[in-house]
Amino acid sequence: MDILYLLVPLSLVFVFLIGLLFRWSLAAGQFDDLEGPAHRILMDDDRAGGERADKPGGSPCAAGRIEQP
Amino acid sequence: MQSQPTYNYKVVRQFAVMTVVWGIVGMLVGVIIAAQLIWPELNAVEWLGYGRLRPLHTNAVIFAFGGCALFATSYYSAQRTCHTPLFAPALAAFTFWGWQAVIVLAAVTLPLGYTSGKEYAELEWPIDILITVVWVSYAIVFFGTLVKRKTSHIYVSNWFFGGYILTVAILHLVNSAASPVSFWPMKSYSAYAGVQDAMVQWWYGHNAVGFFLTAGFLGIMYYFVPKQAGRPIYSYRLSVVHFWALIFTYMWAGPHHLHYTALPDWTQSLGMIFSLILLAPSWGGMINGIMTLSGAWHKLRDDPILKFLITSLSFYGMSTFEGPMMSIKTVNALSHYTDWTIGHVHSGALGWVAMVSIGAIYYLIPRLFGKAEMYSVRLINTHFWIATIGIVLYIAAMWIAGVMQGLMWRDFNVDGTLKYSFIESVKATYPFYTIRLLGGVLFLAGMLLMAYNVWKTMASGKAVDALVLAPAAQHA
Repeated sequence: MDILYLLVPLSLVFVFLIGLLFRWSLAAGQFDDLEGPAHRILMDDDRAGGERADKPGGSPCAAGRIEQP
Repeated sequence: MQSQPTYNYKVVRQFAVMTVVWGIVGMLVGVIIAAQLIWPELNAVEWLGYGRLRPLHTNAVIFAFGGCALFATSYYSAQRTCHTPLFAPALAAFTFWGWQAVIVLAAVTLPLGYTSGKEYAELEWPIDILITVVWVSYAIVFFGTLVKRKTSHIYVSNWFFGGYILTVAILHLVNSAASPVSFWPMKSYSAYAGVQDAMVQWWYGHNAVGFFLTAGFLGIMYYFVPKQAGRPIYSYRLSVVHFWALIFTYMWAGPHHLHYTALPDWTQSLGMIFSLILLAPSWGGMINGIMTLSGAWHKLRDDPILKFLITSLSFYGMSTFEGPMMSIKTVNALSHYTDWTIGHVHSGALGWVAMVSIGAIYYLIPRLFGKAEMYSVRLINTHFWIATIGIVLYIAAMWIAGVMQGLMWRDFNVDGTLKYSFIESVKATYPFYTIRLLGGVLFLAGMLLMAYNVWKTMASGKAVDALVLAPAAQHA
């Protein structure tokens, strides 16, 4: 099972690199706000211009009805 | 208007449309090989025999259908969440044409019999090199877009997409390492031999499931479920924990594909233990996605796109429970080599991967073609029900067939001889193969409805590229 001499060290290198990435993301403040980002993607209105679905009588499945919390 | 920058929707449109096209092709080949198992006389021509079409089916649905869906959704959500157009648009266009070239080459060479014999990595070495070039370009475009983002935070879906892109690159490089012997006819020999090769193959095989078919599609889930529901993800904190837990623990599940083989026993047990550990992050993510609808369940009643997305999560939860269970050695002693495995794969592939992709494509198409919604919402609903019934027929048939085969193969007479010959178990499976074919035909029919719906939406709309929006004000 010589292959384990490749695969096991590869996993350890991976775990080490992932650990570094995790440390960077902590230090860079990626996890300082764990509420805002979830809401912020909803504030990005990506509905197609022109026809608006949010007018009365619009279909329930129309693209991107935003519900205000 | 010219001066204002727009998002690069062109490449998203191309990939989104090809997702539907390759979905139909891949599933059609699946229906053909399902029929060949019932009527062996359908293996009439050598190029279209079961042995050559089966890898074409798996490559087409995973890498053509699933791959195009991942390219489309990752390019779209990365641009929208980073508030910037794609980095290196020419390279992004190259990823589209390069990936289509890989798919066409696969569709030609696999029926001709060119194969490296490695499951889910059958393509021969020149195509493998093209895959590498396209994938590196994909990584440059994706991570370049993240680097030039206008927000300080990187939204969680991008973490999942990023993890999938990097890991698939490593998996492909290690597993497809081979010594080429000739360019035409294409031929190469794997860099590994015997049980070493088997170990690398399933290290690749299961991590491809984990990172291509799971992490990538979780990226879709974390962006498109909240957007379609109009509600934030149930717990953003849990989604971050989900990501790190998944990528820290995934790498070693592969040996469960090699239970009771020449692989050392301890390696098999290690694979089993890591597979069991995976239940925790998988269910955390599944609960997080489904609970996004907490307090707004009524939306499921009349929004078929949301039905696709939420049902996909139910199937994700189901197959990520079934998988660890099947990796337990005593259960595997029954399930290994039976059609139960095929059922398990399809509850993941049709139920999770295909349904979440279909939901995301229905979300994207109107936005990419300047429409408020799809041509027909009723047809989406019809598609949902046809697809769901198809999956249930498929996996129920394969469960019964698989358990039956496993029990027949291990049944002994009092004198220690086998009670059933192998062919008797094949005969007993025919009714279930027929039910499976019916399920597959239903799922394919749903895709044809989708194609019609997409076509009508495109015909009445026109390609639009949305203006780049500034990020919403951030609260420190």
